[in-house]
Amino acid sequence: MSKILVGLKRVVDYNVRVRVKPDGTGVVTDGVKMSINPFDEIALEEALRIKEKGGASEVIVASIGPADTQQQLRTGLAMGADRAILVQSDSPLEPLAAARIFLKLIEKEAPQIVLLGKQGIDDDNNQTGQMLAALWNRPQATFASKVELEGGKAKVTREVDAGLETIEVDLPAVLTTDLRLNEPRYVKLPDIMKAKKKPLDTLALADLGVDTANQFKTLKYEPPAARSKGIMVQDVSELVAALKQKGLV
Amino acid sequence: MAKILVVAEHSGGKLNPSTAKCVACASKIEGAEIDVAVLAADAAAVATQAAAIAGVKRVLKVENAANAEPLAAVLAPQVAALAANYTHVFGPSTTFGKDLMPRVAALLGVGQLSDVMAVESAHRFRRPVYAGNAVITVEAPQDKKLVLTVRTASFQPAPEGGNAAIEAAGVNAELPTHTRFVGRSAAATGRPDLQTAARVVSGGRALGSAENFKIIYSLADKLGAGVGASRAAVDAGYAANDLQVGQTGKIIAPELYMAIGISGAIQHLTGIKDARTIVAINKDAEAPIFEVADIGLVGDLFSILPELEKALG
Ligand SMILES: Cc1cc2nc3c(=O)[nH]c(=O)nc-3n(C[C@H](O)[C@H](O)[C@H](O)COP(=O)(O)OP(=O)(O)OC[C@H]3O[C@@H](n4cnc5c(N)ncnc54)[C@H](O)[C@@H]3O)c2cc1C
Ligand SMILES: Nc1ncnc2c1ncn2[C@@H]1O[C@H](COP(=O)(O)O)[C@@H](O)[C@H]1O
Repeated sequence: MSKILVGLKRVVDYNVRVRVKPDGTGVVTDGVKMSINPFDEIALEEALRIKEKGGASEVIVASIGPADTQQQLRTGLAMGADRAILVQSDSPLEPLAAARIFLKLIEKEAPQIVLLGKQGIDDDNNQTGQMLAALWNRPQATFASKVELEGGKAKVTREVDAGLETIEVDLPAVLTTDLRLNEPRYVKLPDIMKAKKKPLDTLALADLGVDTANQFKTLKYEPPAARSKGIMVQDVSELVAALKQKGLV
Repeated sequence: MAKILVVAEHSGGKLNPSTAKCVACASKIEGAEIDVAVLAADAAAVATQAAAIAGVKRVLKVENAANAEPLAAVLAPQVAALAANYTHVFGPSTTFGKDLMPRVAALLGVGQLSDVMAVESAHRFRRPVYAGNAVITVEAPQDKKLVLTVRTASFQPAPEGGNAAIEAAGVNAELPTHTRFVGRSAAATGRPDLQTAARVVSGGRALGSAENFKIIYSLADKLGAGVGASRAAVDAGYAANDLQVGQTGKIIAPELYMAIGISGAIQHLTGIKDARTIVAINKDAEAPIFEVADIGLVGDLFSILPELEKALG
């Protein structure tokens, strides 16, 4: 039976108000809450539902990141993944490098489906799944809001600018998740205990033999331009007057 | 010298305005030579529109029945083949470009810059990260092709007035059959398109139901505005998914944005940072939306909106 490989990226929690370091070398991450990228939680939830319906035999979660990423992988195991793989990398990698690493894992695990998030909410790149599909020479179904499996194929409804689009892809394939694909389950305490016993393998980046050199150089980080202070109006007639003054109505 | 290929976005024989915005971005690179590629089953009409964009030198038509629908897996090998003659490949940061361009980049063995908002030079750009909480300046290597997507909200479309040569381009690429188009459902609303509308009225969770959301449509129609929504409103089924504004929805830059019953979560705000004037109507005076609003009104939307419509005549 078939395996599903799920990418879990460790990112600054979505509730954190991210701030740029005063020296412009990055954003403040010291003491900041880290979590599974929200889109990846959705990817894992989808994988678990497919398995629970008999569509897969094993769900493997994988992450590329520092040793602390074990926390997010353990959470993934507690949600219900069968085992975890950490590719340890202390410096952040670009999506192309991440895709090359996922391709290595695919060669080893031969999954039928690879489920990634549509974007990491840290760098907002929205690239890795598409790059992986290209390198693997397999289909991609990005921004999925519905996935139906049937006999070696997946029918995927995608959220696109014009509305919803449905495509059919042959498996194996890479799917990336949009927000409305599902609502991830909560982790229960006994599951956290059980997850401690599930296998979590750590691989050294250097052992994979892939080119992970970064191509882009970030010269500086800056806070976004601030909007100028607005006004408060007391009622509808003041609102209309203010709009008129700006020539907007 | 920069030779830039812009991948045209189109549907139903019409060029999407995102293409002229990509050309505008490309034009910021000094001395750039800009071509536009139109991949379609029948590219004639779209090619004519692309040729009229000021600043475009040539329009390359790549016609193939397999290009009838914009499937990234089918288009990417063709764009990658065309890229051989270029230093840069640009696409819009719309769902079309987001789907396609990273696949092109990977086929070329290079990385991609997403959501470019400003050009500093042919190899130096600015882009937002962390939902727009930071802006980074990034340098790309000179010795590699550069694939990037253009944050369309950051650029005005390049004007018309061009007169580019239109050429048929043959590409030598093997096209996969593992990906098939099934269908598309788009609500034809007759309202201005959210991504290009000069005015947008957006509703949030506060609307409470799809039925109540109609008062957003009604105000929008009065103003000739497009309609947007917060994620919460879309998740709850009050509004269609393609109306979501924000980090993971649409990034827009209208003249007027009215946020009605929307709290102003950072993920929402990142979608409206470039709006000229933001109006917020919210019953909670402490709502974060007021921190970015140019005009704020505290109160119950269900009494304010009918009154506002009446006042607008
Ligand atoms: C990974 C991720 C991506 C996301 N991407 C997006 C995105 O792209 N876009 C997006 O919008 N969100 C996004 N979100 C969700 C975001 O964090 C917020 O949850 C969402 O924007 C809240 O929507 P809201 O403002 O409509 O709802 P709420 O936050 O619940 O706000 C409702 C507001 O309505 C006001 N209100 C209530 N009743 C009335 C009334 N009668 N009259 C006037 N005001 C009233 C309340 O005071 C409140 O401020 C994302 C979240 C995550 C985790
Ligand atoms: N370092 C990583 N570890 C695990 N998954 C990743 C990593 N980088 C990217 N991904 C996956 O790729 C998706 C898209 O990421 P990005 O292209 O960076 O926006 C994420 O949602 C993850 O599923």
